Amino acid sequence: MSNNDDRSAASMRTLDLVVAGLIFLLGALAVYDSWRIGAGWAEDGPQSGYFPFYVGLLICGSSLVTFVRSFRDARAAGQSFVSVGQLRMVISMLVPTAIYVAAIGYLGIYLASTLFIGLFMVWLGKYGWAKTAMVSVGVSAVFFMLFEIWFLVPLPKGPLEAALGLN
Amino acid sequence: MEEISALMHGFAVALSPFNLMLMMIGVVLGVLIGVLPGLGGANGVAILLPLTFTMPPTSGIIMLSCIYWGALFGGAITSILFNIPGEPWSVATTFDGYPLAQKGRAGNALAAAFTSSFVGALVAIILITFLSPIVARFALEFGPPEFFSVYLLTFCAFVGMAKGKAMKTIASMMIGFALAAVGLDTITGQLRLTFGFTGLLQGFDFLIAVIGLFGIGEILQTLEEGLEFKGTSAKLNMKVVIETWKELPRYWATSLRSAAVGCFMGIVPGGATPASFMSYGIAKRFSRNGDKFGTGEVEGVVAPETAAHAAGTSALLPMLTLGVPGSPTAAVLLGGLLIWGLQPGPLLFVEQKDFVWGLIASMYLGNIAGLIVVLTTVPLFASILRIPFSIIAPVIMVVCAIGAYTVHSSMLDVYMMVLFGVVGYVFKKLEYPLAPLVLALVLGDRAEASFRQSMLLSQGDMRIFFSNGLVGGITALALILLLSPLIGPLRNRLAGR
Repeated sequence: MSNNDDRSAASMRTLDLVVAGLIFLLGALAVYDSWRIGAGWAEDGPQSGYFPFYVGLLICGSSLVTFVRSFRDARAAGQSFVSVGQLRMVISMLVPTAIYVAAIGYLGIYLASTLFIGLFMVWLGKYGWAKTAMVSVGVSAVFFMLFEIWFLVPLPKGPLEAALGLN
Repeated sequence: MEEISALMHGFAVALSPFNLMLMMIGVVLGVLIGVLPGLGGANGVAILLPLTFTMPPTSGIIMLSCIYWGALFGGAITSILFNIPGEPWSVATTFDGYPLAQKGRAGNALAAAFTSSFVGALVAIILITFLSPIVARFALEFGPPEFFSVYLLTFCAFVGMAKGKAMKTIASMMIGFALAAVGLDTITGQLRLTFGFTGLLQGFDFLIAVIGLFGIGEILQTLEEGLEFKGTSAKLNMKVVIETWKELPRYWATSLRSAAVGCFMGIVPGGATPASFMSYGIAKRFSRNGDKFGTGEVEGVVAPETAAHAAGTSALLPMLTLGVPGSPTAAVLLGGLLIWGLQPGPLLFVEQKDFVWGLIASMYLGNIAGLIVVLTTVPLFASILRIPFSIIAPVIMVVCAIGAYTVHSSMLDVYMMVLFGVVGYVFKKLEYPLAPLVLALVLGDRAEASFRQSMLLSQGDMRIFFSNGLVGGITALALILLLSPLIGPLRNRLAGR
């Protein structure tokens, strides 16, 4: 089991190549769009695309060099970017975070946060229900007091707040 | 001594009960931010920035800068007690700080770290007090070409100091510039790089980028190391503090050198992190006990802490006088100034005397407050780290989400934040530096504007950047820094033949 966890999920070199490739595409996109709106010299001075055009070129150039360098770098091929166990930890944070952020729009930030913290405590922290409920509801209540009442900064609210008449 | 009277006036501004209260709140929040993984100086200030919009600017900046001082202090606590640097600039503090703690001298290490942080900051603040009015007066004469050459110098310095990572530094910086260009071009009114997405009309807000890149990215990275924090306990009482204070004067030379390195690296935008490593290296070479560094030498804590705090503080000098921040946190503070409608730069010293000198005075007071707070409350903050990560991590995520939302009250920003978080995680692991990206994102519009104005002045002739001694000198210095990574290997190759 632990052996499996330490196995490399992706090498440094693979990631370096992929990221350099993506950055190159980003640069190419900037170059293309700047060219489209005009990257030259108009009668009244430089056009809108003038500056981002060269920025895009520099992105392409530098990522190309990084790409070639890491392609040649045999040492990095042996280095691990992330092990299977590490990747599992990172994903177990990232996926719930993505769901949480998406849920804010529907449930409001307070209910979503309560569920998010609660889920974490039960799932990763192996806490009992009573302690989990206390902490997750407590934290959200503190934030509610802090933002809605003290600082008067309204945060996204959902059906629960509407039902409680807190809107 | 015009500066002294201005400073005294500043103290009068800063010493109101309201401002003093904000100072204490700021420092405590800052230490908390510095201790917690995932919350650091830059994103901590970014998250709290929207809360200060309703305050008077002077009070707002006092609180935000005190958060920054607190974060600088707080980073040392986790480094020494838990061998986890709370902030990138306290990585070098772990080298000798943690061994000291294992030997049961955690108290001495902490007292030394806090005191030298304070000394470093004090040197930098004195420098700011006397140097910034001069720089500002000088910069009043600047036109667009001069400003562009200063920006160029800032960015070339990053490339020049990125040992072996010049290409990744350029890529990261240019991504920042490209992101800054997204949206409405304010000069021609044309849409750039939006590809038809209306959500991109406003462009990318650097506060969102900072919260994502530094906050979410760091949590993901911390998670890799597992959920447990294992640390030693801290006992910090007056006896240990005084014992350490008696020992510290012995390292005056190291302190002085480190403060100088720190101030230099802060003003030239090298930042606190390289400054702390550099001064650790220098101290190791010059110290009589250099060979014992790494096994728990107090001097090995003094050097990086002095430099980091000096650099972190002096990074505000170019921010205030030229509008060019020396560090990501200074960049966030600059963003705050812009939101308050204050234009950072030389005119600030003419038009907003209360603000500038109130801020400078608050630096003295804030650091004294910081020193007192950290010396008295270490056990409290250390106990926060004993809260399991399975509680801390989601709470920090919630804080980041709230912080991102409050910037524009927009959910799109929160989604962006998560995206930036993934980018931050990958970039950090692949050693793409994040600071140049953030600085480029903040300065992008201003750098571009000064470039275009210069081009208008000269009708597209690049020689305008060498048109007089001043602008030519700065541009030449920038190009030398830019090319310096090439010079070293070239010389080695020539010498090898």
